[in-house]
Amino acid sequence: MERPQTEKAKEMLQITGLTHSYADGHRAIDGLDLTVPDGQLLSIVGPSGCGKSTLLRCIAGLLRPTSGTLTLNGAPINGVPDDLAVVFQDYSRSLFPWLTVRDNVALPLRRRGMSRKERRAAAQEALASVGLPDAGRKYPWQLSGGMQQRVSIARALAYRPSLLLMDEPFGSVDAQTREDLEDLVLQVHRTQKITILLVTHDIDESVYVGDRVVVLNRSPARVHADLPVGLPSGRDQIETRGLPQFVQLRAEVGRLVRGGAKVPGAAPASGGRG
Amino acid sequence: MTAAAVTTRRPAWRPGALAWRLVRGLAHRLLPLAVLIAAWEVATRVAESPFFPPPSDIVPRMRDMWFAGPASHLFFSGGARDSMAPSLARMTVALVLSAVVGIVLGLALGRSERALAYLEPVLQFARVIPPPTLVPVFVALMHLGTQMQITSIVFGAVWPILLNTADGARSVDATQMQTAEAFRLSGPQRIRYLIIPSALPKIFAGLRLALSLSLILMVFSELLPGTADGLGFELTNAQSQSDMLTIWAVIVLLGVLGYLFNTILLAVERRVLSWHRGARKANS
Repeated sequence: MERPQTEKAKEMLQITGLTHSYADGHRAIDGLDLTVPDGQLLSIVGPSGCGKSTLLRCIAGLLRPTSGTLTLNGAPINGVPDDLAVVFQDYSRSLFPWLTVRDNVALPLRRRGMSRKERRAAAQEALASVGLPDAGRKYPWQLSGGMQQRVSIARALAYRPSLLLMDEPFGSVDAQTREDLEDLVLQVHRTQKITILLVTHDIDESVYVGDRVVVLNRSPARVHADLPVGLPSGRDQIETRGLPQFVQLRAEVGRLVRGGAKVPGAAPASGGRG
Repeated sequence: MTAAAVTTRRPAWRPGALAWRLVRGLAHRLLPLAVLIAAWEVATRVAESPFFPPPSDIVPRMRDMWFAGPASHLFFSGGARDSMAPSLARMTVALVLSAVVGIVLGLALGRSERALAYLEPVLQFARVIPPPTLVPVFVALMHLGTQMQITSIVFGAVWPILLNTADGARSVDATQMQTAEAFRLSGPQRIRYLIIPSALPKIFAGLRLALSLSLILMVFSELLPGTADGLGFELTNAQSQSDMLTIWAVIVLLGVLGYLFNTILLAVERRVLSWHRGARKANS
């Protein structure tokens, strides 16, 4: 296979003219274009019910788009791609309660043709990387919500995807746990060098975690605004959130999510008072 | 369910406390039974009816019939070999067959809307036919004896397993299904690691119903022509000789066997479905 675009930053995901209408005629996405370069941590934010999850399910190959094309690493997405993993919001239902934590993490690796021993080792390693080295023998329901979501992340990491999709992953945990998990995502992104798409309705989170924030329109979804996040990469829950840049960007994203127009030239550092 | 509640709570256990709890749990369970038997004994002694022998006569008869064997045979006698063993063998074979057929068909029906739509009316029709009424049909189709007996049991016991399994397989959680899809689990992997485990609580509910049905049908099938052994045969035999004591002995034995099987099945279920209870408790 030839790789023509080696000079440019490689494009991981390319979405052109994506439209999705449900069987009842409800149009969730309408002509959405989005390109995600390799290694980026992209936050997708939008008002609730704007079609964020539909977009994510289309990328994951779980939903077939009505029209438009999606390509992952240059190959069109027909069905669930091989090198993609998903972390769902509802961890308590996405993990299988009849399997131990370790077996939950190791289960998808059966597709990878790994031996039982290799699967266990990979699961153990992934659990350690999310800070749960001793939870393998427990059952998911014996863990707190935040720990269960860590297990879901470990399961996705063990799968070694090139693209990780997270669908409002921290929507149902308390504030402190949420911050810990945000930092975990940053750490995973830094150490594992994978591309991450994080869908959220939390404006602070989108700015704090992302390299770039894409704001979607109210349903049907289209890209309303696309902002780079120029924050320094060593992020800290207290310090980063106190930076004037962060405060400005958050206000800007907040205004955009509420339907405001993008101020021309409103780069992260300059403007956004609306 | 006091015993279950006692064993699942978990303070630091001292052995003495555990033993005391076990004894107390057993006492709570056995006390009503002991009272019942005592009342039965008194009532039958007072009534002196030839149709209602007292338990103190029934138990020795049971021992003479089935449990007078040598210790090397666990005290089972030749009578047990001729009546209990064939009955239990029929019941076991039929129950295993019902479970296999019921679970396999149930999974297929539960996962295929089309198959269910086509077959549901037929199944509901077949299910409500009492198996005894089909005996003439079976007689025409099969050899008398074991084959027909097992068919009669299976035809009654398979339904609760089949319908419960289908129901369980149909109601697999949507998020779990999407998870399986997103991680590209193959068809057999989905069945093995997702669909069967999520249907398992329902499957066990079906198995419990099938167990009691198969005990009833086992006795019934041995009343059919072409039977020369088994508890049902012993029952008809005793009936024709107005041997009330033997009839009662068989009745009591059937009750004990039913209780025993149910206890074993519950123990298996408790073990296999421990995650289910834990998860339910954690979510409530």
